[in-house]
Amino acid sequence: MQPPAEHVHWLFATGVLFLGLVLLAEAIVGRDVWRRRAWRAYLWPALLFGLGVFMWPVMVFFTNSTMHMLAHSVWAQSMMLAGAAELGLVSGRLKNEAWRLCVPLMFAVSGAAFLIHEANPWLYSRSAFVHHACGWILLLGALFPLGAAFKPRSWVFAGGYALVIVAVSIALFTSRDVAPVFGHLDPSAGVAHR
Amino acid sequence: MTQYATDLARTRTRRSARAVAVLALGPAAVAAGIAWALFQPWRLTMLHPYDQGFWWLLVEPPLLVVAAGVLFHAFVARPLVHDLEDHR
Repeated sequence: MQPPAEHVHWLFATGVLFLGLVLLAEAIVGRDVWRRRAWRAYLWPALLFGLGVFMWPVMVFFTNSTMHMLAHSVWAQSMMLAGAAELGLVSGRLKNEAWRLCVPLMFAVSGAAFLIHEANPWLYSRSAFVHHACGWILLLGALFPLGAAFKPRSWVFAGGYALVIVAVSIALFTSRDVAPVFGHLDPSAGVAHR
Repeated sequence: MTQYATDLARTRTRRSARAVAVLALGPAAVAAGIAWALFQPWRLTMLHPYDQGFWWLLVEPPLLVVAAGVLFHAFVARPLVHDLEDHR
């Protein structure tokens, strides 16, 4: 009854896409308008925290290797930490603005987790390519939330942050268990399917 | 047109740029999902449900993209634009 890995990627891609749309909307209207309704201020930090919670079943059920388990668990923790820190800042329970650095940290950890738990090279298969692409998008994209932590009202940093999330979502939707990428599929990867 | 009416028209034009951008996000996601479904119809297993497994029937990625766009538009974008117009 365990879902194929590609389905898990697509489910996460949906959550990440919604998160990206929410961040993009906040970047467009600005923080003042965004926070005119209290629930909206909590929306994306709660989504981030929830995605971290849902990463735990992935860690438990997808035990391809120890590296997979460690990467997924570190990833889950960093997403929950970033979501919780933002929730704390929004609610006013956390005062120090340095907590905003949890989001770029999460980006860096997520990017590293993508890269570390992908043992194969870029063109081994579609899945390998997607993991490498997501890893580098997140590692380089960490500069946007890092900038936003210091200049929270900057449209460039907020918009870039949102677009990085949308880009990761698109990459995740292209994930397949065994499929070629740019015409390449290593024979050891198995037989390609739909 | 009176001075008052002219100012209103200018204000409405200024308002619309952000509002239109926010209101376009959901439909853009929906359009992307529909385009994907047309480009790869075999991803919609509801169109050919026989001999499909549980997960293949449950998780249909083009529909997930459409759902994300619809939910965002209905529950986030529309109230947000309402607040945006009130704010100005």
